[in-house]
Amino acid sequence: MLILLDEITMKPILEIQDISKKFRISHQTGSYLNLRERVVNALKFEKNSTEDFWALKDISFEVQAGESIGIIGRNGAGKSTLLKILSKITPPTQGRIISRGRIASLLEVGTGFHPELTGRENIFFNGSLLGMKRKEIESRFDEIVDFSGVEKFLDTPLKHYSSGMQLRLAFAVAAFLEPEILIIDEVLAVGDAEFQKKCLGKMEDVSKSGRTILFVSHNMDAVLSLCKSGILLKEGGIDVFGTTQDVVKKYHLEMDQNVLSIENEVIKFIEIKQIDEGLLLTVKFNTKTPIDYPNLGFSIADISGHAITGTNPRKSKREFPNFSRSEGVIEVKIQSPKLSNGTYQLFVWFGDWHSNFFETKDPILFQINDIAEEHNRNPKLDGYVIPHCEWTVS
Amino acid sequence: MQKDIEYIIEPTEKKFLNFAVLWQYRELFYFFTWRDIKIKYKQTALGFLWAILQPLLMMSIFTLFFGRALNIPSQNLPYPIYVFSGLLIWNIFSTGLNNAANSMVNNASIIKKIYFPRLIVPVSSILVALFDFLMALILFISILIFYKQPVSWTIVFYWPFAMLFSVIATLGLGCWLAALNVKYRDFRYVIPFLIQVLFFLTPVLYPISLLKHPLLQYALATSPMYIAVEFFRLPLTNTLPNMDFVWISLASNIVFLLIGVIYFRRTEDFFADFA
Repeated sequence: MLILLDEITMKPILEIQDISKKFRISHQTGSYLNLRERVVNALKFEKNSTEDFWALKDISFEVQAGESIGIIGRNGAGKSTLLKILSKITPPTQGRIISRGRIASLLEVGTGFHPELTGRENIFFNGSLLGMKRKEIESRFDEIVDFSGVEKFLDTPLKHYSSGMQLRLAFAVAAFLEPEILIIDEVLAVGDAEFQKKCLGKMEDVSKSGRTILFVSHNMDAVLSLCKSGILLKEGGIDVFGTTQDVVKKYHLEMDQNVLSIENEVIKFIEIKQIDEGLLLTVKFNTKTPIDYPNLGFSIADISGHAITGTNPRKSKREFPNFSRSEGVIEVKIQSPKLSNGTYQLFVWFGDWHSNFFETKDPILFQINDIAEEHNRNPKLDGYVIPHCEWTVS
Repeated sequence: MQKDIEYIIEPTEKKFLNFAVLWQYRELFYFFTWRDIKIKYKQTALGFLWAILQPLLMMSIFTLFFGRALNIPSQNLPYPIYVFSGLLIWNIFSTGLNNAANSMVNNASIIKKIYFPRLIVPVSSILVALFDFLMALILFISILIFYKQPVSWTIVFYWPFAMLFSVIATLGLGCWLAALNVKYRDFRYVIPFLIQVLFFLTPVLYPISLLKHPLLQYALATSPMYIAVEFFRLPLTNTLPNMDFVWISLASNIVFLLIGVIYFRRTEDFFADFA
């Protein structure tokens, strides 16, 4: 009998078996189908020109109870799709998953928060959406409010909250979920540094209490501190499955290309490279109609996602007289500030005078090397920007 | 070791309806309905009174034009009562269908991020319409008392069934349109038009006998709401409708329910990909 029990507990809590997911990309339509196009094509006996795209291909791995696994990979590697399948939001095309515990997923904090509802009402609705029973929420209510620190505004509609307060409330509800398996996607990408620390601390508690965590993030520090093993996804498949250190190292190696080429978008190509001690950002765009002002914005952040510097031509009052083109290449030479050696994140967006057409969802990572730095420079203490100083003593 | 929970995520479920899962998530029905009712009447000075005022104003307008000006027969009922009873039960359908058809699109941000049985969304949005109905029903009963309208005891049987059939009619078409609306946003523009057409094709403002051609009467009886309107008025008029019409409407009621729910179930797995 004892042996039998042992066998049961030895079974992995999560078995992912040959999971594949196919998306059909339509080349004519936007995000959703247009009935007219369907009808017209049917009348013309023409099939919608579609193309199959495998977001995930034959993913298999097992997770033991109590393990925490970091899932990393570059944009479009299939991380989000994998999490969506695990959370039952979208079904796999092939393969199956055996789960031996309740799964709760936090693909976003504050899902279902409504600005017209009060803080109290939002706690109940959001908690219930996340799978908590009403009684559970009631019994945990004081703790949730305590953790969020918004007790004074409990009966105020959420629309009067600051974004920081909304975030704290959202995370507080999620923090008191008690599933056996917790799936977290990039929740920590938002909020101030102090709050991120608080969230990380709470998640460490969760993983120490023996629950299983799957964690997707671009914040390598967070992945390293939270997860023992990791998975690096590449083009829909598993590239490396090993200790977090190995996986993160491989990730940084692959990210060194600093190039992102995108299809079916306004922006075709983004590259950032180091030239001497400065940076060169190259972006290729192609809009359907000519635009009068190529407004390319960029932001450089440290590896944890805190912005260091950024701008766009409108901010720096740059004029492009008589500009009217639908395609072109923009080059930005960034000569200052001088960044110290390390890995950075780049975010890019693009638009015209009036609106934005494009925005990078995930950061592009790049390295700065061989900067003749000051001796013993420590970014944690001295910051990422090397000051340009002239010293005089009198 | 905790309770043995073991479940499998596979390409597509072939079950028609998984009642066990719906039961497990039963509290969400309540929370979605509760949220929608709260939001609907937030920041309105009159609040729930709107649920009563809307049919009341409609009744006045219709009484003026159809009752007084056109002198439409009303099966021996005072025309305001005739119209109000029709509007009341009709509003479950029109409000509910409108809510349900847009519900999946309106809640797309939730659907893309969290799993729960998707059927909860349209069903709850119909329950919101039922709440409005119950509020207006209080007013209707006061009107009945005011007019000293005699009411048959069969009311205890016919009214619940009228409500049930109107909910079924709403659910069938509502689920169908909700699923179609996710795929083709064209339906957003079709829905108000469809509701308006069905309003005039269902004997809400006039008795079916007003149409002289029997074929036309049969055609109108295919409206899934015909049976609900007829049943709701029966305890007041005390005239049994043509049983053929009742059966036709009931059949259409159930056919739409099956089409709607099956279509919804067949497409719900992919809502997150389309929305």
